[in-house]
Amino acid sequence: MMSMIRVSTKINGDAVAFLCETDETLLDVLRDRLGLTGSKEGCGTGDCGACSVTLDGRVVCSCLVLGAEAEGRAIGTVEGIASGDTLHPLQAKFLEFAALQCGVCTPGFLVAAKALLERNPDPTESEIRFGLAGNLCRCTGYDKIVRAVQAAAVEMRKG
Amino acid sequence: MPLDAKLDPATHHFRLVGTRPLRPDGVDKVTGRARFGADASAPGMLVARILRSPHAHARIRAIDTTKAARLPGVKAIVTSADFQPGDPAIHDVLCNVMARDKALYDGHAVAAVAAVSAAIARKALKLIKVDYEVLPHVTDVDEAMKPGAPLLHHGMKTENVEPAPKKASNVASRCEFGHGDPEVGFKQADVVVERRFKTEATHQGYIEPHACLASVGSDGQGELWVCTQGHYMVRNTCAALIGMDVSKLRVTASEIGGGFGGKTTVFIEPVALALSRKAGKPVKLVMSREEVFRASGPTSSSSIDVKIGVTRAGRITGALADIRMQGGAFAGSPVELGAMSAFACYDLEHVKAVGWDVVTNRPKQAAYRAPGAPMVAFAVESVLDELAHKIGMDPVELRLKNAAKEGTQSSYGPKYKRIGLGECLEAARQHPHYKAPLGKNQGRGIAAGFWFNFGGQTCVSLNVNIDGTVVLAVGTPDIGGSRASMCMIAAEELGIEYDKVRAIVADTSSLGYNDISEGSRVTFSTGLATIAAARDAIGKLTARAAKTWGISPDAVVWENGHARPSSPNAGDFAPLSLAEIAKTAGSTGGPIAGHYEVNAGGAGVSFAVHMADAEVDPETGRVHITRYTVVQDAGKAVHPSYVEGQFQGGAAQGIGWAINEEYFYGQDGRLQNPGFLDYRIPVASDLPMIDTVIVEVPNPGHPYGVRGVGETSIVPPLAAIANAVSAAAGVRLTELPMSPPRVLAAIDGAVAKKKPRS
Amino acid sequence: MVQVKLSGPLKLAAGGKGELEIEAANIRQLLDRLCADHPKLKPMFDRGVAVAIDGQIYRDDWFRPIPAGSEVVVLPRMSGG
Repeated sequence: MMSMIRVSTKINGDAVAFLCETDETLLDVLRDRLGLTGSKEGCGTGDCGACSVTLDGRVVCSCLVLGAEAEGRAIGTVEGIASGDTLHPLQAKFLEFAALQCGVCTPGFLVAAKALLERNPDPTESEIRFGLAGNLCRCTGYDKIVRAVQAAAVEMRKG
Repeated sequence: MPLDAKLDPATHHFRLVGTRPLRPDGVDKVTGRARFGADASAPGMLVARILRSPHAHARIRAIDTTKAARLPGVKAIVTSADFQPGDPAIHDVLCNVMARDKALYDGHAVAAVAAVSAAIARKALKLIKVDYEVLPHVTDVDEAMKPGAPLLHHGMKTENVEPAPKKASNVASRCEFGHGDPEVGFKQADVVVERRFKTEATHQGYIEPHACLASVGSDGQGELWVCTQGHYMVRNTCAALIGMDVSKLRVTASEIGGGFGGKTTVFIEPVALALSRKAGKPVKLVMSREEVFRASGPTSSSSIDVKIGVTRAGRITGALADIRMQGGAFAGSPVELGAMSAFACYDLEHVKAVGWDVVTNRPKQAAYRAPGAPMVAFAVESVLDELAHKIGMDPVELRLKNAAKEGTQSSYGPKYKRIGLGECLEAARQHPHYKAPLGKNQGRGIAAGFWFNFGGQTCVSLNVNIDGTVVLAVGTPDIGGSRASMCMIAAEELGIEYDKVRAIVADTSSLGYNDISEGSRVTFSTGLATIAAARDAIGKLTARAAKTWGISPDAVVWENGHARPSSPNAGDFAPLSLAEIAKTAGSTGGPIAGHYEVNAGGAGVSFAVHMADAEVDPETGRVHITRYTVVQDAGKAVHPSYVEGQFQGGAAQGIGWAINEEYFYGQDGRLQNPGFLDYRIPVASDLPMIDTVIVEVPNPGHPYGVRGVGETSIVPPLAAIANAVSAAAGVRLTELPMSPPRVLAAIDGAVAKKKPRS
Repeated sequence: MVQVKLSGPLKLAAGGKGELEIEAANIRQLLDRLCADHPKLKPMFDRGVAVAIDGQIYRDDWFRPIPAGSEVVVLPRMSGG
């Protein structure tokens, strides 16, 4: 057994400490050690985006980040997007626009779309499509996802 | 109201059906709370891994697991010795779950290990010694049919061929459908086109890999948490494969991250159960993405010859198809369905479709959304497109002139009842897309498509709670948002608010048997059962009101969520709401519930017409879809947003299948691209908005007119896009996918043909 | 008496006869009598068939009545994805 290392980090604003193997991915840590199963493993090779989280505000595939790399950083997962019992506009619009069918890609999309809109509050359709090209969806054909992001952007710009 | 009381959907005013409320499982899915197949864990859980053949075809001479068993942390190992043959109907499933005397494809499961950690399980796999005798392999469908091809099953002699063959081959069976004589028809034609088409295998591409958590106790009772389209099928099949009473296995369907047919069978579940039973601990088994591509159930590759003749006036006089499909290492490609659906859109006097089911050294295929139909529609609709051009007729007009309608004898046998193909064609013609201008290097293609849609065994239980809310337990996993539709239907029937109804997918011990969520059957079958169960509950609610009022139940009616006397003669009583009756249920007779069990028949077939605009880059061969419209007959759309979602999702999968997705096999018979990087499904930047038109020609077999919608939408895209690309590129494309190398080769080939010989 | 059409491979197993006349009041009787007359149909029926009555497809539905004068087609069992 490889030796475990102790990691101190912040997840969705809360201080968290965990032990993990040196070769364990952040995705495995989140899901198997911390019980945060919202981030999904769709491929394990960084091709599908279902495991998307933010690392110091930047969207990454957590299957390509080591658990150890979380040391001293701030991580954002889908579980932290809502505020208490109030959904984020993106979450509300995804529901309103039926932008999910099976829902397994939805956490990754929400993380990526939130980061996109924080960077670019008034994106064109093309900017949304290219900005979310790292997230695969097999159910929707992306039409309703794009419309939901557009609607959320409008709502968020209203403040 | 009896179940077959006909509401005229054209005039009946629905309160909820046809609206777009939020889905009841939505908040869980946007907050990460919803639990999918790999999201469960149990105390003391072991992790399992499967050892898979690296050879496309090999005899397994011996498997030595002794070193692996001695590795600290390994708690159980299984091989084919742990699965005893029993029911011949599932023998192929047994052999696919764990290879017996031969490994039949790259990735075929050979052994499995359960250990205290994934790392130890992986290490243990490396310690298992398998003595393989590598054999020659074959992966191409036409090659597998040739005499002298490597033989997969020594006992396989082609069925349905007269005289019966004496020698074994890789051709499992032949089938033939149709009526009349196409040769007669061709003689009547002014123009005949004959073409060969090839499609490569694709995968359903669900984002969630197969995953399960199995827990079997020493008393032989087991629990299984699994992502599946059919947890009752999983229960029955696993119980049979590992030798367990059906009642001792309780299967719970998790939320499912996509299925599309690929999760209508078992792959890893019997293995997890067998390991758990041996180890006496819960076992979690999840497929990696690579395993999903190599060893779950992709669809068939195909090789199809189509010949169609038409008169100059646009009447099809003869149609013939010869369809060869390989379904992987075991019999059962969807070639029968392909042959049956090939010409289903048309009213034909002389039609014949012949199908050949072939085996190759590839994973055992599983259903993929309208299995068999998309490939054949690609071939047939491409030839029709060519014919339309040859006689100078508008392609929609050609189809309208030959469209099947009520009373037409289908090419697969029965006469059609009321159907909506004509309406879809007209709606397509009227749509702004049809006349929109095209730019340079752009082309437009249209195609029609058909799917059967099915009913099946279904039951639901509807329970009224003390506060007048209702819980509906269904047994069909929700693969497309069906819980929302079921709540709408129950609320509609009961006359209460939508959010007073909650729907759950019950586990196999809590509700009676339900067939798999497949065949576009859920809104139809579970919806029909929900209507019946609600009406059953209404009967009981009105009976309670009658008792309360001391009048005959015949004198009570249910209206707007209330029981009231049917006329002033019956008595002067204020109406009682469902909530009021529910509140006193304990004293008026006990819990109030409705239920319904049925083998639902009466599903309606559905048709679709797709329009695609494609731009072809003549230098790179890249195809870009610039505009896409789906027109499909849904019968009655219960929740239009989710109907649109099915249209768009099927179209997107069809687009990927048409221009990018394919299984690459190397000379060594190994899958070269088992990952999302090189098996390229469409991403958001690949696609335009997908416009949808919901046509509603009611299905006479359903109280609201509902037709299945999930599958038909994947049938037309391959041809619509091939027709668009062929128009844009100026040359007919006959092989899928139309990836840049194929498009360039076709363009270059056409240019070479046109060059004058010097 | 019911006019029955056999579709696809079922037709071949019945000796090439595509249209038959059978006395049957429901699907079970129909299939039993077809098997009795054409034993080669049995393995196919065991694997599963679908029966279309006036265009409506029924799977595994033995006691579904066959109304007089209806169009009956026996098809291979079908399922989707």
